[in-house]
Amino acid sequence: MMEPLATPAHYLVLSAIIFCIGALGMVVRRNLIVMFMSVELMLNAANLAFIALANRLGNMDGQTIVFFVMTVAAAEAAIGLAVILALFRNKPTVQADEIGLLKW
Amino acid sequence: MSELWFYILAGMTVAAATGVVMLPNPVHSALSLVATLFLVAIHYASLDAHLVAALQIIVYAGAIMVLFLFVIMLLNLQTDPDESPMNATAAIAAGAALAIAAVLGRVFYAFGTSGAGAELPEGFGTTKALARVLFREHTVAFELTSLLLLVAVVGAVVLAQRDKHDARVEPVEPVEPVETEGQG
Repeated sequence: MMEPLATPAHYLVLSAIIFCIGALGMVVRRNLIVMFMSVELMLNAANLAFIALANRLGNMDGQTIVFFVMTVAAAEAAIGLAVILALFRNKPTVQADEIGLLKW
Repeated sequence: MSELWFYILAGMTVAAATGVVMLPNPVHSALSLVATLFLVAIHYASLDAHLVAALQIIVYAGAIMVLFLFVIMLLNLQTDPDESPMNATAAIAAGAALAIAAVLGRVFYAFGTSGAGAELPEGFGTTKALARVLFREHTVAFELTSLLLLVAVVGAVVLAQRDKHDARVEPVEPVEPVETEGQG
């Protein structure tokens, strides 16, 4: 067993910080693809929290959950980017505030 | 001494994640995200999650990021001059994010330090240990994952193809004369 560089609590704090950076990107940016990358950032923060707690509790379930989250993230990326491509074909922009067709 | 390494790596991770959010060019954001994913993989490895660290690099930094860069370059996205991250809304949002990070970090730290940590069992985090949990306790979920991926593949193909009516006009046309021949 490798000695962790720090206690799992340190990694949990790091995951909280990364999650908030991702949430900030979701709110501040208007580019759909960058917003999408912010979602990936938040998913990674959640994964890091799972791994840290798996290490702390000595339980492999946390690592199994991360496996499933990665699968869902891959599916989400494939679908989301296909949606962006379909949107771009109808209206050549990726700025979220210029796509307001359903707003009146 | 090892804690110093953690702080160096954590600082690099936070800097790379900030780059994803703050860089105006989407290609630079994507490359910054690749750096973040690699650094998170290092954190996984130091927490004894060796298989997950390898999967992180193969699936995220490999497959998903290639998809992102492919779409960015396909759409030929340029740096948007309007996208200035420094305005009043961004400042308020950054302040709110900082406050939430402080509260969340404090709570997580208290949660992470409460009680005694468990002794790690032999072989923790190896492929064998993960496979044992995955195929004995979560077999149904694992099989459902394959269904999810199938739906994602079909959905991506349906969404990304050209407009159905435009695409099918040409193959349909040769069929029509055959029908008129039959009637004649």
